[in-house]
Amino acid sequence: MLNKEFIFKKVAFSSATLILIVLTSIFIMLFISAKPAIEKYGLHFLVDSNWNKTIETKIPLTQAQILAKKTKTQSSDNSDMNDDNLFADDTLVLGDDASGDNVDVSTNIKTDTIFGGYVPIVGTILSTLIAMAFSIPIAMGIAVFLAEIAPDFLIKPVGMAIELLAAIPSIIYGMWGLFYFAPIVQNIFGGSQMSLLTAGLVLGIMILPFMAAITRDAMNTTPDVLKESAYAMGATKFEVVKDIIFPYAKVGIIGSVILSLGRALGETMAVAFLIGSVFKVPGSLTSPTISIPVVLANNFGEASGDMMSSLFYLAFVLFVFSFIIIGSAKFYFLRGRR
Amino acid sequence: MNSTERRRLLTNKIILGLSTISALLGLVFLFWILITLFLKGVSALDFSLFTKDLVDGGLRNLIFGQFVMALMATIIGVPLGMLAGIYLREYGNGKYANIIRDLSDIMMSAPSIVIGAFVFAVFVAPSGGINGWAGSIALAIMLIPIVVSTTDNMLSLVPKELREAGIALGGSKHKVILQIILKAAKVGLMTGILLAFARVIGETAPLLFTSGTNSFWSTNLGNAFPSLTVSIYDLANFPTDKARNLAWAASFLLTVIVLVINLIGRFIIRDKG
Repeated sequence: MLNKEFIFKKVAFSSATLILIVLTSIFIMLFISAKPAIEKYGLHFLVDSNWNKTIETKIPLTQAQILAKKTKTQSSDNSDMNDDNLFADDTLVLGDDASGDNVDVSTNIKTDTIFGGYVPIVGTILSTLIAMAFSIPIAMGIAVFLAEIAPDFLIKPVGMAIELLAAIPSIIYGMWGLFYFAPIVQNIFGGSQMSLLTAGLVLGIMILPFMAAITRDAMNTTPDVLKESAYAMGATKFEVVKDIIFPYAKVGIIGSVILSLGRALGETMAVAFLIGSVFKVPGSLTSPTISIPVVLANNFGEASGDMMSSLFYLAFVLFVFSFIIIGSAKFYFLRGRR
Repeated sequence: MNSTERRRLLTNKIILGLSTISALLGLVFLFWILITLFLKGVSALDFSLFTKDLVDGGLRNLIFGQFVMALMATIIGVPLGMLAGIYLREYGNGKYANIIRDLSDIMMSAPSIVIGAFVFAVFVAPSGGINGWAGSIALAIMLIPIVVSTTDNMLSLVPKELREAGIALGGSKHKVILQIILKAAKVGLMTGILLAFARVIGETAPLLFTSGTNSFWSTNLGNAFPSLTVSIYDLANFPTDKARNLAWAASFLLTVIVLVINLIGRFIIRDKG
């Protein structure tokens, strides 16, 4: 008997610990997979706007190498000389096939592909900001409506409709956004149909129900006594919301906004359809650009080498950012709600 | 009525009006999306979609594949998540349980594409190819924190007296948990599992480079596995009307599946409450 109890407790404990293990493994695996890129590009990766760009660097040769190369051009079938070339793997040796005397033998040209995450990082931040600017006022309105204004017979159906909106898979938002919403946005604001603006707005519509639902829950925690006292003093509904409910539920409301921000940062599918997937810092709100999750979604399948580790670098950056944002929402703002 | 009073009432009216408009706007978006899906989906819907695979222009293998992976995720994730939730509520006390609880909540909101990347690094890259198991595991990682939080919350609703009565009868703690507490919380737990299943069956991002998708009928989770959502993404980006119509039909079916499961879950809760 005692033994079974011991085993059950251990199994339950191990399952709980699994969460810690999985989260730690995500950190470690992303970091290990990103390591080649982190070592190669360092923190400069975060501010470099080149992606998959081939650059050529001229590398001056030492006297011995020049001599070796000259010998090689003279007797090109002598393959043993290749061993003397220190850059044999990734260099293009000028003059290999050339027979002329005009070849510059004092430098080697080293080609390399560089990756930088600046464009997707900016795209992620901007699309999230647009989403927040759009959804915060509307979500607050919906929450106030459900918490204070709606007549009893509307609270349940409207609340349920908002929650169903939250249950719709993100790929559906993407499809609908691309074929129905984007053309309308383009008609109003001009510019490109797939743009930062359309992606941000659809993202905003997507996080709207989530934000509204948690904000409403936070508002509903306000004790009726407080509200009734204010009404008894002659306060209007708006004054009760502004002076009683908002101050009382402030911590929960801020928490819900930050949590929604964290969700918006990592959203992939709705944005993938709409942001345009162009590696360029957007010149205006209506220009196409790209975000971190979309870079991952579009390139992961075929990537290898530096590109693969750069993608993991981006995934690592995204994970750390959302961990910090969601974590701070939990620790500072939503703690007492449990 | 003096001017201050008039101004207060006017501000009140304006703000309440704006707030009502917000709620209407939310409903407009919901119905706009649903009506679009319904019109495009129903016109593209055809019985042959359920008898043919993607390679022949149908959706049979995709629906099956998506369902199998979500089911596998549920089979893997529900026991682990429930045990973890039981630990947090019934055994865990103090700091450790609180940390796990917070981490689980963070994991619930973690970017799903990052979970896909993680599963790729652990299960796909070493084995050399996308496969259905990797997809199922990615979905299970999404599902576990949802089940943890549901179990944790539902068990907290079970009255203390039931626990005390069980222990007073001489039951050991694990027996009380398995035979009394879980039974008392059964409806809530089932609903939570149903909603978690609905959540993961609609996921795309974690499947993109773990299971990929497959145009052919497949029951072998060891290979690229058909996924409805991943195929919607491919089809929608394909520039022919036929592919797009298929994507609409698939989106319509997916939304119907997800919303019906959600509605069932909510009505179970309502009947119980």
